[in-house]
Amino acid sequence: MATQRTPNGYTLDDSGRRVVVDPICRIEGHLRVEVNVDDQNVIRNAVSTGNMWRGIEIILKGRDPRDAWAFTQRICGVCTGVHALVSVRAVEDALGIAIPENANTIRNLMMMTQYVQDHLVHFYHLHALDWVDVVSALAADPKQTSDLAQSISPWPKSSVGYFRDVQNRVKRFVESGQLGPFQNAYWGHPAYKLPPIANLMAVAHYLEALDFQKEIVKIHAVFGGRNPHPNWVVGGMPCAINVDDAGAVGAINMERLNRVSSIIDQAIAFIDQVYIPDLKAVASFYKDWGYGGGLSSKNCLAYGEFPERANDWSWQNLHLPSGAVLDGDLSTVHDVDLKDPEQIREYVAHSWYRYPDESQGLHPWEGVTEPNFELGPDTKGTKTAIDALDESGKYSWLKAPRWRGHAMEVGPLARYIVAYARGHEEIKAQVEGLLHDLGLPVTALFSTLGRTAARGLECSYAAHLMRDQFDKLIAAIKAGDTATANMDSWEPSSWPAEAKGAGGGEAPRGALGHWIHIKETKIANYQAVVPTTWNASPRDPSGQIGAYEAALLNTPMADPSKPLEILRTIHSFDPCLACAAHVMSPDDQEMAVVKVR
Amino acid sequence: MHTLVLGIGNPLWADEGFGVRAVELLHERYRFPPEVEVADGGTQGLFLLPLVRGAANLLVLDAIDFGDEPATVRVVRGDGVPRYLGAKKVSMHQTGFQEVLASASLAGDLPSRLTLIGVQPVTLDDFGGSLTEPVAARLDEVVEAAVAELRGWGIEPERRTTSPAPLAPTEMARAAYEGRGEG
Repeated sequence: MATQRTPNGYTLDDSGRRVVVDPICRIEGHLRVEVNVDDQNVIRNAVSTGNMWRGIEIILKGRDPRDAWAFTQRICGVCTGVHALVSVRAVEDALGIAIPENANTIRNLMMMTQYVQDHLVHFYHLHALDWVDVVSALAADPKQTSDLAQSISPWPKSSVGYFRDVQNRVKRFVESGQLGPFQNAYWGHPAYKLPPIANLMAVAHYLEALDFQKEIVKIHAVFGGRNPHPNWVVGGMPCAINVDDAGAVGAINMERLNRVSSIIDQAIAFIDQVYIPDLKAVASFYKDWGYGGGLSSKNCLAYGEFPERANDWSWQNLHLPSGAVLDGDLSTVHDVDLKDPEQIREYVAHSWYRYPDESQGLHPWEGVTEPNFELGPDTKGTKTAIDALDESGKYSWLKAPRWRGHAMEVGPLARYIVAYARGHEEIKAQVEGLLHDLGLPVTALFSTLGRTAARGLECSYAAHLMRDQFDKLIAAIKAGDTATANMDSWEPSSWPAEAKGAGGGEAPRGALGHWIHIKETKIANYQAVVPTTWNASPRDPSGQIGAYEAALLNTPMADPSKPLEILRTIHSFDPCLACAAHVMSPDDQEMAVVKVR
Repeated sequence: MHTLVLGIGNPLWADEGFGVRAVELLHERYRFPPEVEVADGGTQGLFLLPLVRGAANLLVLDAIDFGDEPATVRVVRGDGVPRYLGAKKVSMHQTGFQEVLASASLAGDLPSRLTLIGVQPVTLDDFGGSLTEPVAARLDEVVEAAVAELRGWGIEPERRTTSPAPLAPTEMARAAYEGRGEG
């Protein structure tokens, strides 16, 4: 190849040294990235591959559509509730079921809980260590750390003694040799820019965020009956509301609602007084690290989330609006329709699947999932131990989804760009406020840090919206509306012989869609297109690269043997290969060979 | 003194689901005093931290690659548990669970008693399959081993005479999962 121009406007050059990062996820999933760097160690070609096979489709064939949510929530370790919700939406769409207002509000509360939890865990526990040097924190002066913390936030835990205790705790932990979450990091890497005091403050908040996690998940238990693996139901939410009751098993009563209310207050305080100030403090030291924007300045896609009124998916009714932005033109937002066969299509020319005609994409309703593990002619290594992939051939277990033929970015940044372009007042004010505080132009959004910042702003937005939705639920209950499910179409005898539906929504990490085809009351076909399939997508037949691949291009690396810059950008997408694909090999060096059922 | 019995793994991947199926059976058969929580942890990784941090005693049931003969059952206690979970990872959820234990330790909340009852899987890559016969045949033994371990901790499980509220959505219970309608 040497130098090549892609149809979506990127220049690739694979003549330089090849660097392979495998696996790339700190915790969940299994993703591999290969790049070519030039003689200045700047990335000039990027290849993203998911090392697993996906096929919830196959497992669901022939099953009861009302059970699908319980299966789909097992395909991913971290977006269980999101898959469950999108699955029941797909079935409701197919069967024309309208859910009650309270069910919509409670689903919103469940999803917002997920946003708050996921975004916090992502920032502090999965991504912060790409920016924060823990070892440097050990050298910080607790007094100066306390001054810094107090200068940026009224959060009460900010005394000298507090930071000294945290420092000692981390010191003991590091000295004990059980680095745990801090192992496999590149401490002392030149790309770390925070002074020791900022590192110590961030590490202290890393620990506080661990504590906060204990609280937030209790909301899932109140509305979903338990956590993990809460209950969902086609037609609404499976929770009874009985406010006069002293606490019958499972029913939502005032005591439980008060607990939810108090957790929402705690979430808002933690996000606005800890997360957002930390985000700004960290970003202020990385203002000149503007890499990683990739597709975000061109093509962004959102299916939208948080309907205000039940059963209305028009973008105006969604607190996070749906839409597609193309070629960076924020003056035009295209409407997105999951059911239009011309819009979302998946391609497999570079994926380990077989289509009758691989030059064409298939809409998920027509989707085919037939594995075909074959390697390009220039692959280095063997089928079971690949040293370097050949991206001219098939190279990923992820399909390549496209919107009207375009490669798209999904996720918090894409949602914020779509919302901004839709003229969403609150989100515009948030974005402009942050850029003003940091003294950055709007173009700074199109970057790895922009992605990380959008996630933080969205976490705050979701927490405040949770308060509104909670108050709405209480008002409805006080007005005597306690309906949480519409079971009119529960019995399969009431269903048509054949029905198709699509369920969309926004997982914390991006647009998630499920498509169902029901025949004679059973599932005839089921396809899920998950956020990481969009972002980690391989090339398509025309050679357009995906969001990860685009984001890595032109990033300079300080030391290719310590690819901190690559981790930073990939982690900013909050990758979740656990659900983009499934079976991983027992040994990191091998590709899994999968038995197809 | 809160005690957590946690089954981890993914029931969609054959023997990977062993831990989940074992707690399901344990919960069906035995009733525990209120300070004992039996939970289906699935593959939730770091999101299980809040559960683990609340526990003084932790009993984990899982499919583990010990390098043993397939379907061999092993009991590991104390410091060996995180090491076993990290040594040869059967799947990605174990990376996650090893991190959970490390994070609990960092937060100063590592359970003081920690036991892992694991089974050597036969097959993991049968996506959509259920437990293999040799591994399924170990369920009774592992449930009884869990009961014995809990008794050793001073907890007295009682045999149930009626069905309990389910531990996880019944749509994915083992019988429903295996008895698929398509034929």
